[in-house]
Amino acid sequence: MAYDYTPFPYTPPPGLTHAEPRHRVVIVGAGPIGLAMAVDLALQGIATVVLDDNNVVSVGSRAICWAKRSLEICDRLGIGERMLAKGVTWKVGRNFHKGDQVYAFDLQPDMGFKYPAFINLQQYYVEQYLIDRAREFSDLIDLRFLNKVIAHTDCGDHVKLEVSTPDGDYPLEAEYYIACDGAGSPTRERMQLALDGQTFDENFLIVDVEMETSPFGDHATPERWFWFAPPFHSGQSALLHKQPDNIYRIDLQLGPDTDPKEEATEAKVRPRITAIVGNAPFRIDWMSVYRFRCARLNRFVHNRVIFAGDSAHVVSPFGARGGNGGIQDVDNLGWKLALVLQGKASPALLESYNEERVEAADENMFNSACATNFMTPRSSIERLFRDQVLALAARHPFARKLINSGRLSQPCVLSGSSLQTSGPAPLSPGHALVDAPLTGRAGPAWLITEAQGRFTLVTANDQPLPDITGIERIGIDQAESCYPCFADSEGCFKARYGTAHIYLFRPDGHVCAVFDTPDVDAIVTAHNRAMGATQ
Amino acid sequence: MILQDKLGEDADTFYKALISAHEGLTEAQSHTLNARLVLMMANQIGDLGMLTDIFETALQDLPD
Repeated sequence: MAYDYTPFPYTPPPGLTHAEPRHRVVIVGAGPIGLAMAVDLALQGIATVVLDDNNVVSVGSRAICWAKRSLEICDRLGIGERMLAKGVTWKVGRNFHKGDQVYAFDLQPDMGFKYPAFINLQQYYVEQYLIDRAREFSDLIDLRFLNKVIAHTDCGDHVKLEVSTPDGDYPLEAEYYIACDGAGSPTRERMQLALDGQTFDENFLIVDVEMETSPFGDHATPERWFWFAPPFHSGQSALLHKQPDNIYRIDLQLGPDTDPKEEATEAKVRPRITAIVGNAPFRIDWMSVYRFRCARLNRFVHNRVIFAGDSAHVVSPFGARGGNGGIQDVDNLGWKLALVLQGKASPALLESYNEERVEAADENMFNSACATNFMTPRSSIERLFRDQVLALAARHPFARKLINSGRLSQPCVLSGSSLQTSGPAPLSPGHALVDAPLTGRAGPAWLITEAQGRFTLVTANDQPLPDITGIERIGIDQAESCYPCFADSEGCFKARYGTAHIYLFRPDGHVCAVFDTPDVDAIVTAHNRAMGATQ
Repeated sequence: MILQDKLGEDADTFYKALISAHEGLTEAQSHTLNARLVLMMANQIGDLGMLTDIFETALQDLPD
């Protein structure tokens, strides 16, 4: 069934009739990144105004693959379980060359995680869930649809905006301006900031079809199927994914010399889909033709204007690093901006958002550029190497590792970041936390639901954790009574973290320090460092 | 002979470097570069038995 794009109500903003007091944070763009940002800040008691020039969720499925780490972040934001319930869970990917399977991979062979490696869920559902969640914070999140920012000026300690509505224009002021206005960011344009990187010549057709019969044939479990030189399509590559509501995503590489406008028509697309799904009836739900691009802003933080998501960086889609990268931007920025606005950290802490997420964007761009290059060889020699990798892969494991149909999104490791205190451990500083099933007094629990959102010490060793202001404590298989303790009921925590170390997690779940003993001075020093203290 | 993966995490970086080395070359130049690479890599492997196995394995199912 086609999604019901019901418009969100517009209400004339107060600024049209009288000057509004200066807001703490204005978020420009009510896509998944802007909405997630608003919810994250609301969870920390920070009020935001969210401005969007539109009044419906995004049209078309757009970002559909949500990685485990994004689901864990969305769990903290309060929509993870809803996404999991609606989404299509998958973890196996199959690569084909012509008609033959050359390699299959399982992204999550181990058990003991609240969330799977990936779910597929249309971006419009994620936005809808985030809007529902944002409305639960009616005193903190001020959602303003059909409010288009037409000008902004950074005044040093605040930003002045001019906003256009159906009832006229009005001025607005905020201490911070977060630009979540997408790949074509008008904020970026106004500031004349360039996205630097690589544009690929190939055109790709992306189509959502609704059909009762599964194009995966007898495979009952949804998977990710990728073809190099598919037998049913003259182009170089094809990708097939299942989404909820019997909608299937089909990506087809069209080559460099195609007219995007002509290709994105029902008449041109129907025969291409029939070639894949045969005579099964289908309805085209959405289609688009686009070129891949891997590029980013030089800096994501420009004094009081901060970029997050596609406004800061764009990547080609095979690898699911766009939406997932943006959600991780939010996770990284949320706690830092909240600490700064609460006066608990210096504004200099925001520089670490720039440092860490620029590094993450580079990692995402490297991976998506490698994948795009592999599937779109630009010279005969590059094609020769690519085809021989595929030919050798059936028999030789080394060649399977070289096949690249997209290196799927993994959380960035922040090991080189200035906020981390390095040290050896099974999960060393910089890594995002790895989930584990636990049992508490109230029943089953998960590490990600207990340890995210605040600085938290976690250990499975037998030494009591010290009481330090601003740091929560969690004991694993400990018998303490002054902080929450859980049983490592399935042994996953000890397998993933060992018993020798005490871990200090940041609010975004990254390990920022490890300790052998509960040394208060060392913990306080590492905590201060993670909050941006320079000493 | 089955060739196990030895490149590990560096697989994509290696492949990118290999393709970059060929960038901008004519087809004849690419042939020359490949010949040089084979000779240098063979010397680096330095084990005639292994090299002979690799020749035989690579020759299997060679397309017409």
